[in-house]
Amino acid sequence: MAKYHITTRINGDDVEFLCAPEQTLLDVLRDDLRLTGSKEGCASGDCGACSVMIDGRLVCSCLVLAAEVGGQEIETIEGMAEGDRLHPLQQKFLDFAALQCGVCTPGFLIAAKALLDRNSNPSETEVRYWLAGNLCRCTGYDKIVRAVLDTAADMRD
Amino acid sequence: MTDSNKTPSGNGTGNGKEYKWVGTRAVRPDGVDKVTGRAKFGADLHLPNMLVGKVLRSPHAHAHIRSIDTSAAEALSGVKAVVTRDDFSDQPKGAVQPAGEMTINYRDMVRNVMAREKALYEGHAIAAVAAVDARIAAKALSLIKVDFEVLPHVIDPVAAMESGAPIIQEDLMTEGMEQSPGAMTNIAKRVEFGHGDVAVGFAEADVVIEREFTTQPVHQGYIEPHACVASMTEDGQGELWLSTQGHYVARGHCATLLGLDVSKLRVQASEIGGGFGGKTVVYLEPLALALSRKACQPVKMTMTREEVFRATGPTSGAHLWVKVGATNDGRITAADAVLKYQAGAFPGSPVAQGAQCAFAPYELNHVRTVGYDILVNRAKVAAYRAPGAPIAEYATESVMDEIAGVIGMDPLAFRLKNAPKQGSQSSYGPKFPVIGCIETLEAARDHDHYQTPLKPGQGRGVATGYWFNIGGQTSATLNLSEDGSVALVLGTVDVGGTRASLSMMAAEELGIDLDKVRPMIVDTSALGYNMLTGGSRVTFAGGIAVVGAAQDLIGTLKDRAAKFWDISVDDVEWAEGEARATNGYTDNMQPLSLQEIAKDMAKTGGPIVGAHSINAQGAGPSFGTHVVDVDVDRETGRVWVTRYTVVQDAGKAIHPSYVEGQYQGGAVQGIGWALNEEYIYDDKGRLENAGFLDYRVPVCSDVPMIDTVIVEVANPTHPYGVRGVGETPIVPPMAAISNALANALGIRFTALPMSPPKVLAAIKAANGDVTTAN
Repeated sequence: MAKYHITTRINGDDVEFLCAPEQTLLDVLRDDLRLTGSKEGCASGDCGACSVMIDGRLVCSCLVLAAEVGGQEIETIEGMAEGDRLHPLQQKFLDFAALQCGVCTPGFLIAAKALLDRNSNPSETEVRYWLAGNLCRCTGYDKIVRAVLDTAADMRD
Repeated sequence: MTDSNKTPSGNGTGNGKEYKWVGTRAVRPDGVDKVTGRAKFGADLHLPNMLVGKVLRSPHAHAHIRSIDTSAAEALSGVKAVVTRDDFSDQPKGAVQPAGEMTINYRDMVRNVMAREKALYEGHAIAAVAAVDARIAAKALSLIKVDFEVLPHVIDPVAAMESGAPIIQEDLMTEGMEQSPGAMTNIAKRVEFGHGDVAVGFAEADVVIEREFTTQPVHQGYIEPHACVASMTEDGQGELWLSTQGHYVARGHCATLLGLDVSKLRVQASEIGGGFGGKTVVYLEPLALALSRKACQPVKMTMTREEVFRATGPTSGAHLWVKVGATNDGRITAADAVLKYQAGAFPGSPVAQGAQCAFAPYELNHVRTVGYDILVNRAKVAAYRAPGAPIAEYATESVMDEIAGVIGMDPLAFRLKNAPKQGSQSSYGPKFPVIGCIETLEAARDHDHYQTPLKPGQGRGVATGYWFNIGGQTSATLNLSEDGSVALVLGTVDVGGTRASLSMMAAEELGIDLDKVRPMIVDTSALGYNMLTGGSRVTFAGGIAVVGAAQDLIGTLKDRAAKFWDISVDDVEWAEGEARATNGYTDNMQPLSLQEIAKDMAKTGGPIVGAHSINAQGAGPSFGTHVVDVDVDRETGRVWVTRYTVVQDAGKAIHPSYVEGQYQGGAVQGIGWALNEEYIYDDKGRLENAGFLDYRVPVCSDVPMIDTVIVEVANPTHPYGVRGVGETPIVPPMAAISNALANALGIRFTALPMSPPKVLAAIKAANGDVTTAN
């Protein structure tokens, strides 16, 4: 079966790949481009572990066909730190112990960044509903929510 | 540093001491990898020439397998190997081995990883293929022809015990029965614990309450599905990479099922994306190794979420009967329970642990718990966080709450009046060592949460939970580098921050900066045996091993300093990261730092290594008490948890953030178990909700902040006083929430989950009257 030739940008770099029609963006990121920071937890858009940004929109990459992303701007967890400087959310997750196993963490960080990019002063309720598409089974969410609220407060200062 | 003389068999005097690292909230050493996407989980490994493996699974809950024809699949271009039951030798009967908190039976295990005579549950593996890509592997599965003879099935544990029920295992013998049932049975085991005479106790009671409860199977729900990469070579050696709670244990299982020498298999644990007990067993790994052995290429296998739900875990659903008697002044006179737990298709539910824990938070003169392990057509249960205890204590803590209410006593005062302490005979036999049950109850009672009045319409519930915790085989090594930094070599999988806690204990013992300790979890060939991560054992048993390794290292460092100074080692002490001469030499000899000794180690005898291997005993049990407030939407039956506080004895919190994290995570898993989570089967025994949309685990907007109180009653068998903390937090939530609902609505629920349709139906049925629902 013929493959599609896709040209896109990922974390600021021009990227070309070939994909089969049924391959998702997550499949291509992980299996072809070896960007394995985005995780597959369900392949049905329920867990958010594969969260990425496409043209500034938060999406589950398991629900996007790879063939759809030509010409778009994709941001993954691998592009979140700048050089050797962690994003404030990444640092806060470490300081607040907002992860245990860590498999959901990339998705939470991408989703939380998307929130703070839109709303620099979210309430606890806004954080909780924004992050309701990301499942964490370890932490009970408490330290994640605190980390996001505290990062927002820092970034406002 | 005042604690450098601590030994692995110390006296638990650590509690209350000032430490440099222990008790701090240091950033975890594996943290940066996990916030940047670098950390490699089970599915993140890619090897050259790697194949993709997939599994054909039974669509039937119960069926004879007459034949399997794989010829068309094998003929498909790109398919490199196909395996079925014919590729696994049968295992001898009756060989049951203890494994952590559960037991293993290889004859069952070989049948669980690949169906032999029968498919015993929907999702049971029938065949597996390895192909050059996922599309071809999927096509190959569709070409395998299986001739099934569908059989009647049974899933409910009470129905499975009845005569005439479909028989899961025709050769099953009931363990622990005085008389054989005489006919084929699904009762794998009967257990009984207790002391005294419950009939005498009930005769002394002023109030007796007797209730029946049901719970449904719930899944551990780790976010990372099972995944592995297996690689076997032509000479019969192998490597395995997998997401597991115990790579040494997985090695033993795989070597046994494949007939390999254990040491020919080198196993590396990936980072693990959650386990909660569910990654203590093998599913894909023996299949991947068998496929790789045929293909002589690496094979990667990953489960879909659907496969995880249908074919792995979960824990038991159960039917529970509880009877408790008490005097009007709040003294429990007798407690009795019968617990019937689903085992799944093979024996081994955690009913014995449930029976042991059922009444553990009480000091009782007359107590009995009986448990039955029941086979049903469902995936074999796997351990799930304090396996067995949450189910039993849901029922017993509900009845305790009700009886306290009937005699008009505060539920915490009632528990305090009956609480066990050191020396009390536990409800399951042994006398308790130093425990913190009373301290935990008092801290809950005195907490602001418990003192704060409720808003109109809300309800408050409390419940106490107990878990034993375990120790087990553990090895650790400290390798001194030439610059004085130290590699901490571990074989215990880190599920939630133990690289941090173990490094902190190493730094504390050695008297060096935490930054100078680099922990690494190594493969099975690089360190002595380590039992799996389970039973809340790693900070306890791993801590003892690490402290022992540090003491061993310090012994060598003192020897080298003595050699350097040409004095007796008896005249050298280790403090604050340096060797100091004592006994009159103090003025002449400048202290030698770890760095200085390391720099010159070639001259004083060569490499410096500290090692310690143990089978840790004396894990301190942990009690927890939860306080929860709920609000109920009377129109929809939706229950909102508005405030939640976990109070639990940690012995000593090495890293308080990760102790709190265990408390919070366990509580929220319990909220899901109480309010939403359940396996729903159709009339053919097929799971109807095998996905996170329909099997609804709590999301961020479902729960409030989870307050925590860390009680510290030191465990005297650990050098820093540590008790395991990971499992107890999931024991109290279900009863605490049910008790809060009873308080809010005046309705006593006796079935889990208390999901909106059930709560709404109960509200409608009650019409405002106090009644028993379900």
